[in-house]
Amino acid sequence: MSSLLELDDLHVWFDLGEGRELHAVQGVSLSLDAGQRLGLVGESGCGKTTTVLGLLGLLPPTASVSGRVVFNGKDILAGGEDSIRPHRWTDLAIVFQGAMNALNPVQTVSAQIVEALEVHGSASGRAARSRVGELLEAVGIPRDRGNRYPHEFSGGMRQRAAIAMALACNPSVLVADEPTTALDVMVQAQILELLDALCRDFGLALLLVTHDLPVVAQLCDRAAVMYAGEIVEQGPVDALFHDSRHPYTRLLFAATPDLHSDGALAAIPGAPPRLDRPLEGCPFHPRCDRVFSRCPHEHPALKRLDGDREAACHLNDVPAEVA
Amino acid sequence: MSANDRLLEVDELVVHYPVGRGIVGTMARRPRETVRAVDGVSFTLERGELLALVGESGCGKTTTAQTVLRLLEPVAGRISFHGDDITSLGQRELRPLRRRMQIVYQDPYESLDPRLTVRKAVEEPLVIHRAGGSKAERAELVQDALERVELSPPGLFLDRYPHELSGGQRQRVAIAAAIVLGPELLVADEPVSMLDVSVRAGVLALLDRLRRDGLGVLMITHDLSTAAHFADRIAVMYLGRIVEEGPAASVVSDPQHPYTKALLSVVPRRDPRERTRPQILRGEAPDAVRIPAGCRFHPRCPIAIDDCRRIDPALEPAGGSDHMAACILAG
Repeated sequence: MSSLLELDDLHVWFDLGEGRELHAVQGVSLSLDAGQRLGLVGESGCGKTTTVLGLLGLLPPTASVSGRVVFNGKDILAGGEDSIRPHRWTDLAIVFQGAMNALNPVQTVSAQIVEALEVHGSASGRAARSRVGELLEAVGIPRDRGNRYPHEFSGGMRQRAAIAMALACNPSVLVADEPTTALDVMVQAQILELLDALCRDFGLALLLVTHDLPVVAQLCDRAAVMYAGEIVEQGPVDALFHDSRHPYTRLLFAATPDLHSDGALAAIPGAPPRLDRPLEGCPFHPRCDRVFSRCPHEHPALKRLDGDREAACHLNDVPAEVA
Repeated sequence: MSANDRLLEVDELVVHYPVGRGIVGTMARRPRETVRAVDGVSFTLERGELLALVGESGCGKTTTAQTVLRLLEPVAGRISFHGDDITSLGQRELRPLRRRMQIVYQDPYESLDPRLTVRKAVEEPLVIHRAGGSKAERAELVQDALERVELSPPGLFLDRYPHELSGGQRQRVAIAAAIVLGPELLVADEPVSMLDVSVRAGVLALLDRLRRDGLGVLMITHDLSTAAHFADRIAVMYLGRIVEEGPAASVVSDPQHPYTKALLSVVPRRDPRERTRPQILRGEAPDAVRIPAGCRFHPRCPIAIDDCRRIDPALEPAGGSDHMAACILAG
């Protein structure tokens, strides 16, 4: 395997004090090729954001992490902060949901991007200022607006500025964590169009973290569905929608409203399990509509299936005519 | 149904907010500016009907709903509830009406008092309105409301605090507190946007059942897919006006106003094979201090003609029956 970015058996534990811990990410493996768009989807608390923060070495000190993050064949997690720092922003950049938090409120947008370029040694002085102009144009902000402060921007413009900043050092992977969640649908469409164009024009690989299945269905090639800290299914988005191999994926799509389908929407009963105690069996079995004898006792491993996909469900071991 | 029996009728509603001039502006005696948040909105709502008011942030949908409940004061227009003009009733006269019109907010984490148990939270409206009779009778009404929002058996939930509940359960408690007084009108302001997808459908199905039982629901949402699934009718707002209104299926499948068309075209579909062909409008809606002359949408409209700069179009029949649009090129 020679993927651009590989995540191998990532685990993250948060120390809750008094000897208790939360096993937020439970052995996640992902791979991303150059120029590929992968959606990491799941509901709140499933570990998707923790996964990408772990991937970028951005977790707080209360977290312990194991596993490998391999970028261009090299494990960049092994040496801790010292081995990740040279890659963060230069190879792997991130855009967060609340763009206001990523931008410094007391500095103009241009000044912040110049600073980012200088800190990472990508450019300085006049070269940096001209690069800022290019970056702003690439994300659809008129050059002369760069000398404004973040609060003078609308939500959509701020998110564009945050994307410009992430692109400053020519990364090959852009991680976008809920990049359109707080935005209106028309502004969301503008940002999705921008991400689409950036991937196409600059060959960026995109890791899109979101709870919004339709956004992934429209923008990504592949998706990984997370539940209770694990990936339960991954594959091409078309296969996930039309031929899912995990009941959670199917039920999640069935709970998602669509503009032109009049079928009834079905909620998934129950709630995800707590991750501060060991789980037995399949983490989804209490909510599953296809649960059978093996599910409460045996934890299903993520297995490779036909058609370039993987799923963690015992039903895939059962011959089709029986299931 | 006679007009007098209509649950809610809103006619040419106008709501303004003053804009702060700042100390410099005040001393320089700059003219006061106003945000025309709601700028001539009319609609009706029947018993047992769910009307979705959709639009982007700042379009005036929440201001409209709050004014209907008389939580904000209109500058002009008329609000009738069961045929009675309630536009200028004082707070004392409004009091008996309050229990007949209730609201559920977006964020159940904020709308529920963290110090109150479920029992207290649902009982509180009864106590405030001195309704429900004896303590035992109130307890029964609380149980009944919890059953109706499917928190059953109620005994399992009565003594819990909000932090012990999931987001979906919290929103159900908020709905129980809103329906315990037996209102006829429920305003639901983005009732599921803070909830996870897997629980949204359940809360929406609950509102749908309450509607079937005769409740009139005015749902504020930015999510057209949700409106398409659950609303009887959809009203699309842009910059303080309803620009299109009609039966939900008809608005979604045969939109008449260019703004509605664009808005529908950018809603991502859940089936990857249904590739959307988004018709993306550039820029963002102008602020409601400077509403463009003529058709307020014309500066962003892909099909605007010269007349659109001059004519402020009224909501008129277009497309199928009961379907209206405010566009001189519609129909």
